[in-house]
Amino acid sequence: MQHEPQLTAELFQPVADNSMETEKIVRPSISYWADVWRRLKMNKLAMVGLFLIVGLVVMAIIGPMISGYTYHGIDFKAKNLRWSAEHWFGTDTSGRDLFTRAWYGARISLFIGVMAALIDFVIGVIYGGISGFKGGRVDNIMMRIAEVLYGVPYLLMVILLMVVMGQGLWTIIIAMTLTGWIPMARLVRGQVLQLKEQEYVQAALALGASTGWILRKHIIPNTMGPILVNITLTVPTAIFAEATLSFLGLGVPAPQASWGTMANDALVSLLVGNTYQLFIPGFLISLAMFAFNVFGDGLRDALDPRMRK
Amino acid sequence: MKKSISVLLSLSLAGLLALTGCSGDTGSNTAQNNNGGQTATNGGSTDSSSSGPKILRVNNSSEPGSLHPAKAQGTHESWPLRHLFVGLTEVVEGNKIEPAMAEKWDISPDGKTYTFHLRDGIKWSNGDPVTAADFEFAWKYALNPNTASDYAYQLYYIEGAEAYNTSKEKDPAKLKALEDKVGVKALDDKTLQVKLTNPTAYFLELAGFYTYFPVNKKVQEQNPNWANDASTFVSNGPFKLTEWKHKEGLKMVKNENYFDKDKIKIDEIDWAMIEDENTAWQMYRSGDLDLAYPLPTDVIGQLKSSNSPELHIDPEYATYFYRFNTTKKPFNNVKVRKALAMAIDRQAIVDNVTQAGQKPAYGLVALGSVDENGNEFHQTDYFKEDVAQAKQLLAEGLKEEGLTSMPKFKILYNTLDAHKKIAEAIQSMWRDNLGIECELENAEFQVKIDREHKLDYDISRAGWIGDFMDPMTFMDMFTSLSTQNDTGWKNKEYDALVEKAKQSNDQKVRMQAMRDAEKLFMDEMPVMPIYFYTKPYAVKPYVKGVYALATEYPTLKYADIQK
Amino acid sequence: MLRFTLKRLGWALLTLWMVITLTFVLMHSIPGNPFAKEGKMPPGVFENLMRYYHLDEPLYVQYGLYLKSLLQFDFGPSIKSSTLTVNDYIREGFPVSLHLGLQALIIGVTLGIIFGVFAALYHNRYPDYLSMVLAIIGLSVPNFILATVFINYVAVEWGLLPPAQWGTWKHTILPSLALAAMPMAFTARLMRSSMLEVLSQDYVKTAKAKGIAKSMVILKHTIRNAILPIVTVLGVIATNLVTGSFVIEHIFGIPGMGEMFVKGIFNRDYPVILGSTVFYSAVLIFLTFVIDVLYTWIDPRIKVTGGE
Repeated sequence: MQHEPQLTAELFQPVADNSMETEKIVRPSISYWADVWRRLKMNKLAMVGLFLIVGLVVMAIIGPMISGYTYHGIDFKAKNLRWSAEHWFGTDTSGRDLFTRAWYGARISLFIGVMAALIDFVIGVIYGGISGFKGGRVDNIMMRIAEVLYGVPYLLMVILLMVVMGQGLWTIIIAMTLTGWIPMARLVRGQVLQLKEQEYVQAALALGASTGWILRKHIIPNTMGPILVNITLTVPTAIFAEATLSFLGLGVPAPQASWGTMANDALVSLLVGNTYQLFIPGFLISLAMFAFNVFGDGLRDALDPRMRK
Repeated sequence: MKKSISVLLSLSLAGLLALTGCSGDTGSNTAQNNNGGQTATNGGSTDSSSSGPKILRVNNSSEPGSLHPAKAQGTHESWPLRHLFVGLTEVVEGNKIEPAMAEKWDISPDGKTYTFHLRDGIKWSNGDPVTAADFEFAWKYALNPNTASDYAYQLYYIEGAEAYNTSKEKDPAKLKALEDKVGVKALDDKTLQVKLTNPTAYFLELAGFYTYFPVNKKVQEQNPNWANDASTFVSNGPFKLTEWKHKEGLKMVKNENYFDKDKIKIDEIDWAMIEDENTAWQMYRSGDLDLAYPLPTDVIGQLKSSNSPELHIDPEYATYFYRFNTTKKPFNNVKVRKALAMAIDRQAIVDNVTQAGQKPAYGLVALGSVDENGNEFHQTDYFKEDVAQAKQLLAEGLKEEGLTSMPKFKILYNTLDAHKKIAEAIQSMWRDNLGIECELENAEFQVKIDREHKLDYDISRAGWIGDFMDPMTFMDMFTSLSTQNDTGWKNKEYDALVEKAKQSNDQKVRMQAMRDAEKLFMDEMPVMPIYFYTKPYAVKPYVKGVYALATEYPTLKYADIQK
Repeated sequence: MLRFTLKRLGWALLTLWMVITLTFVLMHSIPGNPFAKEGKMPPGVFENLMRYYHLDEPLYVQYGLYLKSLLQFDFGPSIKSSTLTVNDYIREGFPVSLHLGLQALIIGVTLGIIFGVFAALYHNRYPDYLSMVLAIIGLSVPNFILATVFINYVAVEWGLLPPAQWGTWKHTILPSLALAAMPMAFTARLMRSSMLEVLSQDYVKTAKAKGIAKSMVILKHTIRNAILPIVTVLGVIATNLVTGSFVIEHIFGIPGMGEMFVKGIFNRDYPVILGSTVFYSAVLIFLTFVIDVLYTWIDPRIKVTGGE
């Protein structure tokens, strides 16, 4: 009762060569950054942050130009006015247009924030990278130096800086970075310490790759995520720190305005019922802080593959 | 777990605290370690009934560095000191000089020897009699170079005082010899003789100044640190110190041993130490203070425009001005200096920025001092604001210096909101009126002073509150040798006129010399006067009898509280 | 453990010495002196003052004198006050700053952890957004604005609390709230991201898969592990808080260390500057050490014997 299997020649036809077909990626290929962007877009809060940042930057560029006033033009006849068709945000105690000053202040504050973040980034990556990669004694000494810098009174350093450089925008920016780079350096160092133990770095080392090559090709690209997040969070921190320096009288030179100096000048407005003068810079600082922070948080989530659902 | 972390943290910090606690060993402060239990103010209550003690609450703005009359450094010390002590004389409302510890005095015909006769029965707060020796002791103590008194120079009018104070003698015997040459001597318990280097027309006013206050010799010799603690504090004025909580507050109560105690109506003055003007004003609003001074400028403006009866504007013997660095081009040119001075609108500044009824200044000497005939010294405005003429002067001046346009320059001021606003206004006025650009530069106070001394500035803000009510307090700032000059401007003729006024005992000669000096000064214009100060402060309606002298913070001793 | 501790101590002392030296150099290289004022200062009087405080000695002598007195835990006199030494300043000011700082720390960290956990559990849903917005508002209003607003409305307009000064517990509420905003926001955000990370770990998934109650998973596995990064930064936050915030102390008129430090710098009160720097650094180093120990206690995986 055995049936011979019926083997026909058809069964022995060679299969069409579609090996390429199976390797084909059906869905469109997306790079890492496109993937990050895709995930970022899903985060509503982060998108609100991004939108606000773009809005603030645009207003900082065009705001001071569209009001028809200068940020320094004093007009005592128009002092302490509420918002109106002439003065959209009202005027300050010297009759200067608050709309112009607020957006001029946005320029200064955002510029300080962004420049400080970039400088922190450069110094922090180099310092932290070397410290982490070299390790051992070099690392120990470099981290001690950072610690000493943290211990020395910041205000003394700022005062000395003001004396040496004179008052000005760049003085403030450098003041921001005096110790501002340290958290970035620590972050990079931590990342590098982890990464350099990874197999692919070890392999590169074994193959005789130079330190610079390894840093450029392997380590820095792999630490970009946390670094980017840190940059977005440094911007608002610098804006905030500038406001505190203004409180100590070490802000940008008058009559230039930053949000910090505007807020500090307007503290007294609360006492005499001109609350709007404090509200405007206070609100803008908060808005910028909010925007950068939610964007930074969103970016962190988007960059971290573990958050993938 | 959160809890255990914080407990651990606080434990470890407490350990650290104990460490520093053990290491410090000065026992000279009132107990105040339990900051939880003690109440500084009773949280905003204003309703102490009229039968209770009358307590006046004011703000001294800062912890006094010392309450020893010889160690005072400025207003944070002098304001409380003036209520704890009283000198030979006392300046009262209307700048009248009244006898205080001294009942009467004789002045020699050459105006150089003063003999003060003390009252009978005057006592220290601990019951000791106040004697002439206490004065002699106090003044010599302040002059002793080893005391290192900030205000010792206020005694330099006395013969031999400067030589003693500036001596670097290490040998105690030789130093003692210098001390003995100082021209102050207690002839007996009741008589004090003072010999001056020059006849000093305002010496009777100085005799009431706090560096001239007496110190209880017996107490000082027994306990050199008596002034550091309320429990050992001895004074001879209307009030005595009963509590000193460092950096929190002072309390002083009526001194029953004060010779004029019947005139003192309040029982106690409580002094807070709030640095922030805005906060102090908020405390005034909430009823935690009865008097607020100094006030934030915008608050003054608001009180003034609402005609608030709580706002008092008393005179101040002070001038607000800008220094020119006359060693620097183009400010070495008098025409440029004058052009800048003439091209601003001072009335607009005082109306809109300072807002306390200040007067535009067209001279150096502030309003308030009197001349030989008892009239206001300041009779002439030495220049006028005139934009057209200013433009012309500027053009001429620049040409003389070989410049085609005004180089960019900076206004230096120390960090304070009011200074900033004035500088912004002036910058804007120069831009509008003269078409010139300048920048503003604020520096920390110390840095500004340092740069002024080094003549490292273009234009710099200054203000001077007279030490005493005589034009001399302004005039001698700008002599060639003065450490306060800081303009690089030196003029022999001016020096000679000031010296003439210092030497003379004849009011007519003195006043004429100072008028000539001021005219010369304003013709040269090394500084640009802006306004004469006023003294705005707020007092609650139930507080009566507070007034302010033109050189001092408000006088509280004759106040009364009527609720 | 002992070797580790000793080594740490050695490094700490070295760091401290470098901080002192650098601060000494810095404070003498900025212009000004403790006696500068707008008024008269005849050279003779100035020289007396300089001599009295040994400021006329060469700098290396002053430096030596200072280190010597420091070894005896003597921070020297305050130049601006003849009644208080720097030791007095610290002894009287530090408890105040410590009280205020701890109160703010407890409020801030507790609220922060709650917000953070809440946000992480409802990741990318409205409770998450809400707590993050709240946290960021805390982070985004400069504390001098917050303090001014508190005084104006809570104390003056509504009359609920005293506007300023220090004394009863009522005086502590507004300043500690103003001070707590920052650590609260900071902790909340850190806690959130740390929670999210822990939630995606295998052991949490395993625990969930085993059917352990959700609340148990969160309490036993998640929070305990997620709190670690907070403990690490707690040292820095705590140091900043307990050594006093100048802004808050200045605005509320609180006799703490923050105001003393900043005023010391502005007044060029050299012993005060050095004394508070030494104290600040010592607190920082000490707290970092405490945190390290705490870390090993919370996380058994880490052994401190490894050294640096």
